[in-house]
Amino acid sequence: MDVSVKNIRKEFDRYPALNDVSLDIRSGELIALLGPSGSGKTTLLRLIAGLEQPTLGKIYFGAEDASHRTVQERHVGFVFQHYALFRHMTVADNIAFGLTVRPRGERPDKAEIRRRVGELLEMVQLSGLEKRYPNQLSGGQRQRVALARAMAIEPKVLLLDEPFGALDAKVRKELRRWLREFHDRTGHTTVFVTHDQEEALELADRVVVMSQGAIEQVGSSDDVYDRPNSPFVFSFIGDSASLPIRVADGAVHFQDTPLGITPRASDIASGAGTLFFRPQDVVLIEDPAAPALEGRVATSRRLAGTRIADLDIGKPGAPHHVEIEVPLEATAATGTAIRFRPTRWKTFAE
Amino acid sequence: MTTSAAASGRWRLRQPSVIPGFGLTLGFSLAYLTLIILIPLAGLVWRSAGLSGAEFLAILSDQRTLNALKVSFGTAFIAALVNVVFGVIVAWVIVRYEFPGRRIVDAIVDLPFALPTAVAGISLAALYAPNGWIGQILNLFGIKAAFNPTGIVIALVFIGLPFVVRTVQPIMEEIDREVEEAAATLGAGRFQTISRILLPGLSPAILTGFALAFARGVGEYGSVIFIAGNIPYVSEIAPLLIVIRLEEFNYGAAAAIATIMLGLSFAMLLFINLVQAWNRRRYGHGA
Repeated sequence: MDVSVKNIRKEFDRYPALNDVSLDIRSGELIALLGPSGSGKTTLLRLIAGLEQPTLGKIYFGAEDASHRTVQERHVGFVFQHYALFRHMTVADNIAFGLTVRPRGERPDKAEIRRRVGELLEMVQLSGLEKRYPNQLSGGQRQRVALARAMAIEPKVLLLDEPFGALDAKVRKELRRWLREFHDRTGHTTVFVTHDQEEALELADRVVVMSQGAIEQVGSSDDVYDRPNSPFVFSFIGDSASLPIRVADGAVHFQDTPLGITPRASDIASGAGTLFFRPQDVVLIEDPAAPALEGRVATSRRLAGTRIADLDIGKPGAPHHVEIEVPLEATAATGTAIRFRPTRWKTFAE
Repeated sequence: MTTSAAASGRWRLRQPSVIPGFGLTLGFSLAYLTLIILIPLAGLVWRSAGLSGAEFLAILSDQRTLNALKVSFGTAFIAALVNVVFGVIVAWVIVRYEFPGRRIVDAIVDLPFALPTAVAGISLAALYAPNGWIGQILNLFGIKAAFNPTGIVIALVFIGLPFVVRTVQPIMEEIDREVEEAAATLGAGRFQTISRILLPGLSPAILTGFALAFARGVGEYGSVIFIAGNIPYVSEIAPLLIVIRLEEFNYGAAAAIATIMLGLSFAMLLFINLVQAWNRRRYGHGA
């Protein structure tokens, strides 16, 4: 089912948590809402579920305006960060809950419910645990029960609020892969909230980067990583370095020294701005006469297969800190000078 | 249950802990309980043991004693049930809603704890008597609410309310809102969420509140005697009968009735505790 969010504004005590947010989610898509805490990503998810009411704007499920539908009517599967399992019910009763609360006429009979629960347990690979109570399960198992419970009502959309946030790193990685397979198998439209960019980039078809109650960028993992459209996205996703620059006479200058890079059409044409680049997208410049950025090594450290140098650039009184990757064989001893030039970069106007 | 589950089967007297002093605190608790509770109760049983079996049975099977016990336990039971319903609602209102005067309502709940019970009894009697403010109105509908067992129930409802509210309230505060939201997303309506999700979670606390209110109601004396009318065989409570026997210097009979009350109360509280334990095992929580 397509889900469409149109010009949503949500205020809590007159403070806007979301401001004029619009988003189209295509049927069968796996979408990640990614952002720092307070960016409004969970609020957006709860608005889609109907757990919050928008101050302004509309939400469409397919062609139907669902803005004023109650949570119960929206028929969404919602998975909470802390599972929210019913602890006085067995795993089987938890999963069956959505079916047993249906009005008498629509409720499947007992044998049918048992069959469906068995299927769902198999789907989340928990067969044999139906008699257990939630507190007899591990975190990863609980979250899979929560997912099975949400799937039992055959939801139009599956919404997951930081589904792996409370789990340890190893389980999180396994469940992540498992969710991707699960999604590919079932083809549900799925939206999940995360503050873990690795999770978002690995898992999602499209990533929605949010900040301060607004959407910064929507795109594939490649889009948001390789073609960030704002300083926020550039610095939020992946490692990056930034420097204040000025573009004049078709060249980029840092504190009046040309860097030897030429602005392209997507860069600012002239005036002050900020240069962003990633630590790995640099080339060391040996020729002392060639234009380049020059920094003094403050510290350097070995990181797996690379060496990271922490450089001080610019005037000694108030240097800018920049991290770049240098070849392993480069000594990068503290205090030595390193000259380099970004190979891939982007500039944004002030 | 994490540690005890592993150790279940064999009995462990003490477990290593960061705060030592098991022997000292257990010794103190036992000495204290003995001094304050066990010795007086043992004295009571001792006193009634002075009676022969036939005398004891005669007192027990005396219609007046039986009626007094029935009135005491019956009214306490009904009052505790009433308090469970309204106490849970009051606790809900205090926990869930922000409204002007919430703190005052919260404080009012404790008043029955603090007020001398005789004062409560006298004011309730004055209000519910056929010529009292509320009694007059009830009289129009043909309801007599004082000087009969109904009056006793009213007094016991007053006395027992805080027990239910104060036991349910903290558990209610800990309810995870997400669990209710989860139920809603699964299609459960309000009443289904309350009856299938919230109440089962609260049931141990509600049961404890019920037990406390009930136990208090069985033993209540001060507030009841003013509104009960104290008609033998009809609205005479067991504690009053004990006092009457004492005034007749019939200490043996007083001790016998008291012992019966003690036995009944203990049996009911034990039963409720067993239900609680079964509940905990069944739902696997309380760990």
